[in-house]
Amino acid sequence: MDGPKLVRMANQIATFFATEPVRALAVEGVAGHLKRFWEPRMRRELLAMHAAGPVPGLHELVAEALRTQRAQLEPAARG
Amino acid sequence: MYSNKVLDHGTPARSAPTTVSLQIDGATVTVPAGTSLMRAAVEAGVKVPKLCATDSLEAFGSCRLCVVEVEGRKGFPASCTTPCENGMKVKTQTPKVAALRRNVMELYISDHPLDCLTCPANGNCELQDMAGVVGLREVRYGYQGDNHLQAPKDTSNPYFTFDPSKCIVCSRCVRACEEVQGTFALTVQGRGFESKIASGPTDFLNSECVSCGACVQACPTATLMEKSIAEQGQPDHAVVTTCAYCGVGCAFRAEMKGNEVVRMVPHKDGKANHGHSCVKGRFAWGYATHPDRVKKPMIRARITDPWREVTWDEAFAHAASEIKRIQAKYGRTSVGGITSSRCSNEETFLVQKLVRAGFGNNNVDTCARVCHSPTGYGLKQTLGESAGTQDFDSVDETDCVIVIGANPTDGHPVFASRMKRRLRGTATEPGAGLIVIDPRRIDLVRTPHVEAGFHLQLKPGTNVAVLNALAHVVVTEGLAREDYVRERCDLAEYEKWKAFVSLPKNSPEALEAATGVPAAQIRGAARLFAAAPNGAIYYGLGVTEHSQGSTTVMAIANLAMVTGNIGRPGVGVNPLRGQNNVQGSCDMGSFPHELPGYRHVGDAATRELFQKAWGRPIDDEPGLRIPNMFDAAVDGSFKALYVQGEDIAQSDPDTAHVQHALESLECLIVQDIFLNETAKYAHVFFPGSSFLEKDGTFTNAERRISPVRKVMPPLAGLADWEVTVAFAKALGYSMHYDHPAQIMDEIARLTPTFTGVSYAKLDRLGSIQWPCNADAPEGTPYMHAKQFVRGKGRFFLTEYVETPERTTRQFPLLLTTGRILSQYNVGAQTRRTHNTVWHDADVLEIHAHDAEQRGIRDGDLVSLQSRKGATTLRAVVTERMQPGVVYTTFHHPESGVNVVTTENSDWATNCPEYKVTAVQVVPHAKKSEWQEQFGRFSDTQVGLVPKTAVRGESR
Repeated sequence: MDGPKLVRMANQIATFFATEPVRALAVEGVAGHLKRFWEPRMRRELLAMHAAGPVPGLHELVAEALRTQRAQLEPAARG
Repeated sequence: MYSNKVLDHGTPARSAPTTVSLQIDGATVTVPAGTSLMRAAVEAGVKVPKLCATDSLEAFGSCRLCVVEVEGRKGFPASCTTPCENGMKVKTQTPKVAALRRNVMELYISDHPLDCLTCPANGNCELQDMAGVVGLREVRYGYQGDNHLQAPKDTSNPYFTFDPSKCIVCSRCVRACEEVQGTFALTVQGRGFESKIASGPTDFLNSECVSCGACVQACPTATLMEKSIAEQGQPDHAVVTTCAYCGVGCAFRAEMKGNEVVRMVPHKDGKANHGHSCVKGRFAWGYATHPDRVKKPMIRARITDPWREVTWDEAFAHAASEIKRIQAKYGRTSVGGITSSRCSNEETFLVQKLVRAGFGNNNVDTCARVCHSPTGYGLKQTLGESAGTQDFDSVDETDCVIVIGANPTDGHPVFASRMKRRLRGTATEPGAGLIVIDPRRIDLVRTPHVEAGFHLQLKPGTNVAVLNALAHVVVTEGLAREDYVRERCDLAEYEKWKAFVSLPKNSPEALEAATGVPAAQIRGAARLFAAAPNGAIYYGLGVTEHSQGSTTVMAIANLAMVTGNIGRPGVGVNPLRGQNNVQGSCDMGSFPHELPGYRHVGDAATRELFQKAWGRPIDDEPGLRIPNMFDAAVDGSFKALYVQGEDIAQSDPDTAHVQHALESLECLIVQDIFLNETAKYAHVFFPGSSFLEKDGTFTNAERRISPVRKVMPPLAGLADWEVTVAFAKALGYSMHYDHPAQIMDEIARLTPTFTGVSYAKLDRLGSIQWPCNADAPEGTPYMHAKQFVRGKGRFFLTEYVETPERTTRQFPLLLTTGRILSQYNVGAQTRRTHNTVWHDADVLEIHAHDAEQRGIRDGDLVSLQSRKGATTLRAVVTERMQPGVVYTTFHHPESGVNVVTTENSDWATNCPEYKVTAVQVVPHAKKSEWQEQFGRFSDTQVGLVPKTAVRGESR
């Protein structure tokens, strides 16, 4: 998948949830949206990019969601 | 005229709370107060002769044929204009009225050609019928005097003729144009003998006429006559079915001779259209049997190879073996499908079933991805259900309408006529207020007897800012309906939202620079809407096709809730859906994250239900959405796609990227009635069937499920649902249905909002609005009646975020795209009809100021350029545009509008941002490089199709 595009899309999601005053809810919003609407290979790639080191331009809410909600976001391995 | 086999009540029905009883020819009849004597007589089984009256129009009382006698009253009142009163005794047939009627008919016929035997209306002519009914036996005046028999015929309209020599000046056509269509294109010119019907300065084609067909339908003679009837003769039978064009979903009578359609006439009892139509549904159906139809299955190894015509079985076996090969090599999730919003609910249901159960993944999506997916998301989040809240009839009871990002007179013309009627009002009731929020001055802003109170002509991409500003005014000026909110909404979320919209940054004044809308106008519009007892919001793709599409839908729901405008007739949030079955395709589980009925694939109980019914495991992870499929194809992890009735190569944005994706596939299977742009990249072609060739249902924008009925056998031998079933079988996944009714039964078993739907009930009721279940056995005209589907309505914070697409020195203008009345979507259907006389190419609308700066004159060829690509179009200089904004449509593939549009999309759904692209426009007389390449590629591809596959002959 197109990594920079995934970052842009994730950042857009974060921008929506950033208005939420309670930070935990905002992070949960981002993670929940990624889990409910992003196909596993998209999540896997974003997680891999994040795991490889700081992703330039990644919204801090996305970074936090990837860090704190990894278990939820990691797709189950299957064929 | 309408078929004389269908009962005409003469005047419209009345719905008064009180009734009156009277005697007609000795029989007692009870009718609602205000009913005409003519209509009451029909209720009593008596047809009073008439010419100027018909039940789609208010009575006019000019022909004097319907005179009757009323006991105790002098004279001979016209039964069409005389309301019933209690105790009246009416005689419809006496020697005196008979003599009067014969005299009237004699005068009419003295100036009418006596060519009945060769007249196209022969067998369906009210004048002929009435001459017979009144017993006209002679015309004493002769034909030597002044007459209109030599008046020249106007054949300019491609679909109907106007023959004034046959006109009786009953003015039914004029009144239909005014009352039903609301265009006011026709007038009666002159008086007495000189009076004649006029369509404008020259002829019908060059008039204001929009070819809706209402005048033709109303005409009681052959004066306004369909050319198809003149050519083919009168039909011998009729079948009620549903139009396959836009999301209004008009019911039509397909009038037939054998397997041949003679004409399509809007069905009077159709609950979406009440007997009205537009130029597409009424006249532009010839595409269905166009010679370009591909009628044989074809396969090829590479897209540069000639197509090889094969049997259906070979095609299914080949397609199935390719899917299996690719899954074995690249994995289960390397394949997917796209369902069609032009196909039926049943067909859509089967394609997503094939993908989920047969392919074993959730890589299924539909064209709603690129139009109303934000509606699905936004309304589900705020209100609890992914659909519009009202029926179309609701507009009759509204007091103020907001139209935002929609152009109903072009996109949803039959509903627009209905809305315009409410906006005009009546003699006794003023019209509803109107607020238009649109970058362009759409027709609705000012049209005969309708003028918007406010036109908020915002800059493209600032919908959320305008809606927040409107809400700011409502909340800070104390106009919120807090009683309603307290009772029905989540209060904590409301308080949070209220604090948010009240912030000074959301005031009309603070947002004026961003939106370009004067603050005073926003304040005025907000006050007008908030003050209306019933306020309704109608919106279209100008809302959804933005990077903040979903946020805009939520902001609309917020505004409706805070003004107390959901849950009763006359109000609501009303998405005007684009294609005929885009609501249905979404309902049927076409989205990669949702099973039928909008239930997430992650929900174990729902999955279990489907697994049990389908006998296969269902993946619990969401699949790829269409733009993700393209990215994955380019990336190499997505290799095969089954596309039913959808033309992604033309309709989706950033054409170069789409082409790259399609070229990257190892197997593209296209099912369509034509070799569309996508099929030019395909390896397998399954010939599709038109809406005339199969049974099924479509669901329109008001959640109305309407029957589609087969009137001719499928030209390629199989209906689309049969193709999917056979393809699944070849894959080793067996589904068995003898008839689409059984597919609907399965949908009903598995979908709580469809539990009560069946073909038997559809036959009985005509159509059904879901939810239809034990709680609402006959369907649901308006939703959220007592409480919201999600329980408490939820306000969402809708921060305005500027689109990443910015104007620059290089690209200083904003392009926004849309559509027009005569063409439909990618144009595959309408381009193959006479509708091309109105629009034979896409043009670029540009404001005079921008044109002048660039040395562009009206009609010049110009290059439209963005960071993505360039295309050449003809410019139309118009004041409809605001300076800085240009507009075009995407009905013609060679226009290449989507070569210019970008990959930007809605944050929640990936719905593309078609409505905002930074562009430059320069005079340029040559085709763009892309257009040159497209032309060569397209010609080559058409040449690779065996002639026998198109003509449908055997080899």
